[in-house]
Amino acid sequence: MSATRNDRSIAGDATHANDYAAAVARLVEDFGDEQSSLLPMLHALQEEFGYIDDLMVPTVASALNISRADVHGVVTFYHDFRRQPAGRHRVRLCRAESCQARGAAAIERIATERLGLRMGETSPNGRVTLDAVYCLGLCATGPNAMIDDVPVSRIDPATLDRLIEELTR
Amino acid sequence: MTRVYVSKDMAAVALGADAVAEALSAAGADVVRTGSRGLFRLEPLVEVETPEGRTGFGPVAAADAALVLDGSHPARLGDVSAMPFFARQQRFTFARCGVIDPLSLDDYEAHGGWRGLAAARGMAPQVAVDAVKASGLRGRGGAGFPTGIKWQTVHDAPGPIKYIVCNADEGDSGTFADRMLMEGDPFCLIEGMAIAGHAVGAERGYIYIRSEYPFAIRTMREAIARAASIVAPFVLEVRVGAGAYVCGEETSLLDSIEGKRGEVRAKPPLPAISGLFGRPTVINNVLSLAAVPFILSEGGEAYAAIGFGRSRGTMPVQLAGNVRNGGLFEVGFGITLGELVMDIGGGTDSGRPVKAVQVGGPLGAYFPPSMFDLPFDYEAFAAAGGLIGHAGITVFDDTVDMAHMARFAMEFCAHESCGKCTPCRIGSTRGVELIDRLIAGERRAPDAVERLPQMRNAAGGARPAGQEIELLRDLCDTMKFGSLCALGGFTPYPVLSALDHFPQDFGAAAPISSAAAE
Repeated sequence: MSATRNDRSIAGDATHANDYAAAVARLVEDFGDEQSSLLPMLHALQEEFGYIDDLMVPTVASALNISRADVHGVVTFYHDFRRQPAGRHRVRLCRAESCQARGAAAIERIATERLGLRMGETSPNGRVTLDAVYCLGLCATGPNAMIDDVPVSRIDPATLDRLIEELTR
Repeated sequence: MTRVYVSKDMAAVALGADAVAEALSAAGADVVRTGSRGLFRLEPLVEVETPEGRTGFGPVAAADAALVLDGSHPARLGDVSAMPFFARQQRFTFARCGVIDPLSLDDYEAHGGWRGLAAARGMAPQVAVDAVKASGLRGRGGAGFPTGIKWQTVHDAPGPIKYIVCNADEGDSGTFADRMLMEGDPFCLIEGMAIAGHAVGAERGYIYIRSEYPFAIRTMREAIARAASIVAPFVLEVRVGAGAYVCGEETSLLDSIEGKRGEVRAKPPLPAISGLFGRPTVINNVLSLAAVPFILSEGGEAYAAIGFGRSRGTMPVQLAGNVRNGGLFEVGFGITLGELVMDIGGGTDSGRPVKAVQVGGPLGAYFPPSMFDLPFDYEAFAAAGGLIGHAGITVFDDTVDMAHMARFAMEFCAHESCGKCTPCRIGSTRGVELIDRLIAGERRAPDAVERLPQMRNAAGGARPAGQEIELLRDLCDTMKFGSLCALGGFTPYPVLSALDHFPQDFGAAAPISSAAAE
């Protein structure tokens, strides 16, 4: 059982479960109740709630008439789906070969030092999540990053400082 | 009002094109957002419409808007399409990319759009399949399977329901052609898919785009909505991936659309016989499908007239990594690797000597400059122990440590393995450990099982480096021939090529025997 669930009261869980049920019912209207709607539905739930709460799994499973194991299997297979809330801002640094060829490793090192986070971690105040991404398709102008929904190319230490300053201010 | 063209390609935006467009707009220009021309050194590129044609300026900063509009900006390029980087290309598939407003149906039609679809619809489906066969087009996703034969199989497969699936899960580092096309000329892909639908008798298509490409997802969705009545009764839908590299493998992509874990299916049955939802399915890469409108409008022979050996037509080559002229270069097969990297790419961006280039993404081989006379051709690359893949070329300068890159290949495979087959799932992790020991120069002591008295043939002491290399080669052999798909099967390419061509980076551990001869 995840830490977030343990932190919650039972009443809180019930409220959340109601929110999730309403959202899933709405999404079934949009996407249909076939198993093939699972990924679009999970994307929409994560967009709305920020992550895929374990409490969503039975609701989604019953809406699509598949097992909870099927849903859990999909949630845990794909790197995009988070089972914990992310920070308010997401910094994703590209780690793939083309960015490596342009010095991404050094940028990653500086970013982890400045933010005091390892890759995959969220800052204790919930402000920033630092993540790796394997290729954004901007391979001639690396090192690259996605800061929330904004792509940034040719990141050097000075750009990185400015970006981190903006995010942590 | 002066009309100016500014790219809204994700790469241009990452370099500040949005701010430039806003500044030009504020300065009174009529800004048209296009795709990217494909030479990213010039981005943000601004082209100003003049009576003599478009005049380019780039790179341009947002503060320079006025200088661009009065023509005094120092980074004046003149006619961009006349620059050597562009003049040397043969743009069949990317003819419109960077030139037109990607979402303007008028622009698309004015630049030859929908002619291929009209031609196809005037033909019997079999004739359209024959045109693709005559073009010699081979799958641009990497495997190089003849597209026409795949279509023929689906055409001949019985059943009322068939699907066209576009693989736009372009996860290979060093590739961005799919992304550029979807952002810069989405109707071209839609037209190609509608032609495929007509040729094989499918009425529904899916475009599976990776989630790391939000711009392409947005553009494709909008383009599908705008072109719906033109391609009807063919219906298209975008599906968004969820960060799994392995979903670029066709069968795991199909499982992903079906709402399952993206695990690789055993073949046969081929997707052409039993694909999406168990129906006959054409699954093609973006570039394969986007090449089809040209083939139908100009004829299969016109496409096949260019090329080399059994590799016909053009390849949108992507120059990436530490390269001066990084970008998209569409050219007929047969050009050498050296011409691409040195003449067109201009060598490294850092100005240091080129040490290695990786061709074909994370699963492609590393080549040293001594092999730069290789012609760009599926067979030639296979014979040299590599692959063309999706035609991404990642350039590294002499600061790269190839043992580290070999380790990264194994690490990436371990990170992205779907877990279905053992050679990939476990072999990749053992590979990381092996290369770690080689890099550290550590000797692995016998484990508990090897120390058992029954294990009479187990080595008594620590394995010397030579044996470790032998073991790594053996592991690569198992992965290559024992894996279900290209992820485990091709990870040995970067590992072994690094070992064969750059043994000095693996310390005292010189290659025991070369696998390149296979």
